[in-house]
Amino acid sequence: MIDRPTIFALSSGAPPAGVGVIRVSGPAAQAALEALAGRVPEPRRASLARLRDAEGSLLDEALVLWFPGPATATGEDLAEFHCHGGRAVIVAVERALVSLPGVRRAEPGEFTRRAFANGRIDLAEAEGLADLLSAETELQRAAALANAGGVLSRQVDLWRDRVLGLSAEVEGVLDFSDEEDSAELPESFTWNIAALAEELTGWLGRPRSERLGEGFRVVLAGPPNAGKSTLFNALVESEAAITSPIAGTTRDVIERSVAIAGVPFTFVDTAGLREVEGADPIEAIGIDRARDALARADAVLWLGAEGEGPQGAWEVAAQSDRTDFAPKSRANFTLSATTGDGVSALKDALVEAARGALPKPGEAALNARQHARLSDAAEALVSAQCLSDPLLVAEELRRARVAFDQLIGRATTEDMLDTLFGRFCIGK
Amino acid sequence: MHSFDVLVIGGGHAGVEAACAAARMGARTALVSFDLNAIGAMSCNPAIGGLGKGHLVREVDALDGVLGRAADAGAIHYRMLNRSKGSAVWGPRVQADRVRFKAAVQQAVRMQKGLTLVQGEAAALVLRGGAVAGLQLADGTIFEALRVVLCTGTFLGGILYRGEERFEGGRIGENAAHRLAQQLRGADLPMARLKTGTPPRLDGRTIDWAVLEEQPSDGEAWTMSPLTERRINPQVFCGITRTMQAGHDAIRANLHRSPLFSGAIAAAGPRYCPSIEDKIHRFGDREGHQVFLEPEGLDTHLVYPNGISTSLPVDVQEEVVRTMPGCGRTVIVQPGYAVEYDHIDPRALTPDLQVRAIPGLYCAGQINGTTGYEEAAAQGLVAGLEAAAAALGRQAPRLDRANSYIAVMVDDLTLQGVSEPYRMLTARAEYRLRLRANNAATRLTGLGIEAGCIGAARRAWWERREDVRTMFHVKHSEKVHARELADRGLPVRRDHGEKSLAEWLRYDRVTPAALAPWLGDLTELDPVLAEEMAEDAAYAPYLARQDAELRDLRASEALPLAADFPYGEVPGLSSEMVERLTKAAPGTLAAAGRVPGVTPAALSALLVHARRRVAA
Ligand SMILES: Cc1cc2nc3c(=O)[nH]c(=O)nc-3n(C[C@H](O)[C@H](O)[C@H](O)COP(=O)(O)OP(=O)(O)OC[C@H]3O[C@@H](n4cnc5c(N)ncnc54)[C@H](O)[C@@H]3O)c2cc1C
Ligand SMILES: Nc1nc2c(ncn2[C@@H]2O[C@H](COP(=O)(O)OP(=O)(O)OP(=O)(O)O)[C@@H](O)[C@H]2O)c(=O)[nH]1
Ligand SMILES: [Mg+2]
Repeated sequence: MIDRPTIFALSSGAPPAGVGVIRVSGPAAQAALEALAGRVPEPRRASLARLRDAEGSLLDEALVLWFPGPATATGEDLAEFHCHGGRAVIVAVERALVSLPGVRRAEPGEFTRRAFANGRIDLAEAEGLADLLSAETELQRAAALANAGGVLSRQVDLWRDRVLGLSAEVEGVLDFSDEEDSAELPESFTWNIAALAEELTGWLGRPRSERLGEGFRVVLAGPPNAGKSTLFNALVESEAAITSPIAGTTRDVIERSVAIAGVPFTFVDTAGLREVEGADPIEAIGIDRARDALARADAVLWLGAEGEGPQGAWEVAAQSDRTDFAPKSRANFTLSATTGDGVSALKDALVEAARGALPKPGEAALNARQHARLSDAAEALVSAQCLSDPLLVAEELRRARVAFDQLIGRATTEDMLDTLFGRFCIGK
Repeated sequence: MHSFDVLVIGGGHAGVEAACAAARMGARTALVSFDLNAIGAMSCNPAIGGLGKGHLVREVDALDGVLGRAADAGAIHYRMLNRSKGSAVWGPRVQADRVRFKAAVQQAVRMQKGLTLVQGEAAALVLRGGAVAGLQLADGTIFEALRVVLCTGTFLGGILYRGEERFEGGRIGENAAHRLAQQLRGADLPMARLKTGTPPRLDGRTIDWAVLEEQPSDGEAWTMSPLTERRINPQVFCGITRTMQAGHDAIRANLHRSPLFSGAIAAAGPRYCPSIEDKIHRFGDREGHQVFLEPEGLDTHLVYPNGISTSLPVDVQEEVVRTMPGCGRTVIVQPGYAVEYDHIDPRALTPDLQVRAIPGLYCAGQINGTTGYEEAAAQGLVAGLEAAAAALGRQAPRLDRANSYIAVMVDDLTLQGVSEPYRMLTARAEYRLRLRANNAATRLTGLGIEAGCIGAARRAWWERREDVRTMFHVKHSEKVHARELADRGLPVRRDHGEKSLAEWLRYDRVTPAALAPWLGDLTELDPVLAEEMAEDAAYAPYLARQDAELRDLRASEALPLAADFPYGEVPGLSSEMVERLTKAAPGTLAAAGRVPGVTPAALSALLVHARRRVAA
């Protein structure tokens, strides 16, 4: 462990910003403070220091903090420099750090990896942090933060305790019944299992965390030349799709992910839907793909004739600026992608819909692995309710406990190993 | 000078099984005990088996141990506890006639080939280079031995309490025990103190049985050991009475005279069979506590009142007894008392029950902080098999949490230590659906044959049985249509299609007896096995699900943690966790997960560091 390099990274947003926080973790963190600030401040107390490089030239006046390990976020010695957020200052401080022996820039995810390897966080929290690292939008960040901060772990612990309590009741009946103190299971027992099962089912019904990665999928559909690509470009705010007055311009499915108001979206432009006779083979394939895309959509914007779109599609009356504009009688939105008229109303509505369908900010969201384990637990509890043999009830409760343990990594199982060594390359 | 492969000290239940198991393995074995005529004596309640304990008896028996057959030889009352629940928690229990039980044990020990009996006091271990090399007796005799198994029960600092009186226990061999104890302390073995108690013994002639509810021996034919062909002794019944308010009042008024409450005994006692003063103190509002009056034998008038173990003074004991229905004139022959004793923190042992600090020395029985004959016997068996295997360069049977209660107990002891006398409970076994008392032979006898600890008689029995098992497997996979079952009046819906007999057995009220038209005379050939196979079929979906879990478990069993793993160097472990892990020295990552207090985050840190060390 001694030869482990000391790493640093800018842990606040990209410069320029109000403050730039540079975190240094590892055995040389203390040396870094001495080298740059000239002294090591009192632990866990912010103090003002002049930062200088090796030549003695002043880099910045900054707040410095010193957290001796192992009770730190990474489990190692930790130093923080809260600098003025200008790009030049940050670059200068980073350059001074790199020049120190045994100090290098952190690789993506390396702080998390160390926290996990040093027993500072459990599996669910680590997964949250991993999501956090790849979070690109504010909503993704907030959900990942909830997991990383242990919201899910704490919740699982509470469930686990409740199941333990229920198990204890059954065991009382099973193991002590040769004594008079034995009792039948109280009526409340089954209700308690049912209540817990219902709670889990509620969680399982929540939007999953991968939904955040994919974003809310919006598919634009309609006949050729309806203006789908033009609207697509307006929504993703770039010239991603080619537009032209030639019918059948878009032949393949085009996807773009963007954030609108911090909410992740994936917009999908498709080939104009028309009867295949008029289309060439390539366009026909494109139309097939368009149908697939429709099937996976969270929302469909229908730019074609009123009522001819897929079930539940949003009726969009496009190209409202044109003289030959044909309004729809029950249009959800009337807009012109060219002039921008009505587009922001559409965006607002999309953001609203997406917020409902994606994990809520600050609410822990389950990833696929966690979802599978929680389903196991819920399934065990549901079947426990229908069993009359207390022995089998006990077995189902135990199964629920095992699932919880796997969820947060209390049981060192294969899937934990997979998560660890697959996602974090900890073996290095 | 005599020399042995394995030398066992102590002729209690642990020592008997250890010595016989080692000798069955083919090791030249000696058993040293104070008094050879006391071998097989039951210190307390002459009952064997019960919930969880019955499983241990059957498992010891399946590995050809002594306890099961001796229990049958002495049994005067059979009872299957928990009969109304699923069969995995049934607890076979017998009450044994003390004299007959002891005679059976004596005979087994004396008939055991390769076992030498030595009467004497073990005084000191002979150590060479820190490892065990032999034993010195109090009279100066020295035996050389490759392995020594310590089964000395409560000889370490035992004190008996009865009201205000107290006596030093183990008086006979005090000096000898002292030196042995000093050696153990010198090796820096962690010790702790526990307590346990016993009820007074009553004169059965002074009990008015006529007014009491009778509990007869159950009318069935099962025995503890399948090698016992039938029940031998006349069966007696027990009486059921209960403590009364007047008795409770007497206890409450004298609580200060109970060493358990006056603070004289500070050690922890068993939560599972609390003393009567404990029960009154904790569940004071109860109207009365049930007491079973159990005859101690066919040729004795002694009666054991199960449920009123106590350390109260004799006069209070008398009052409690005399207020119980049917006991108004009952005479106490021998008052109850409590014992406080030292035990070794079993976390100082490796999974083969060897003392980590003194290679070659094994510990088994109450000395490891357990209570009960069955627990002692099961550990003795493990230590005897392991010591013999080590001396002979062979492998003991591979026991793990998924194949035996024995391994559950050893794993619990060596990883978690004890905070109260350890008693087996079915709840301790996470895979108990597969660990049934009635399938112990299927689970273990084959392993025993492989390891070489099964005698010829049991081997022949088991091989015959395996043949029948194969026939059952074939039969069980035969398919039958629901219509056929329904036609014969079985409660299944006609549209449930064609299924194997094994699958049909999962249905409620489809019993092996009901399937007799299809199973043929197989069931009659071995009704016990038929029952077991039917249960296997019924539990099959659960067992299949556990298989996946077991695969995961075995994967993490594959990551070893060295005995000297530097837990202190793993960042993120609290000092308390470092201490617990260092004490328990789990052999694998999976075992580390069973050490109490180890958090998920800590476990992942451990995993990472263990991997790094393996890679380095
Ligand atoms: C008061 C009391 C009540 C109990 N009640 C029950 C009960 O109701 N049911 C139950 O299942 N269990 C009961 N137990 C527990 C049970 O008796 C023990 O757990 C079990 O017998 C322990 O077996 P063991 O082989 O480890 O030790 P023991 O049976 O104590 O055997 C130890 C043997 O070692 C010998 N020995 C000791 N030191 C030396 C030496 N230096 N040299 C030579 N020989 C030596 C002794 O003579 C003895 O033969 C009770 C225990 C006590 C003390
Ligand atoms: N005036 C005006 N012209 C528009 C508007 N939207 C699209 N157009 C024009 O209509 C033509 C077709 O637009 P596209 O966006 O390529 O149509 P499409 O639906 O993607 O067509 P295909 O890809 O062929 O299916 C282009 O020439 C656009 O410039 C609009 O809102 N106002
Ligand atoms: Mg287009």
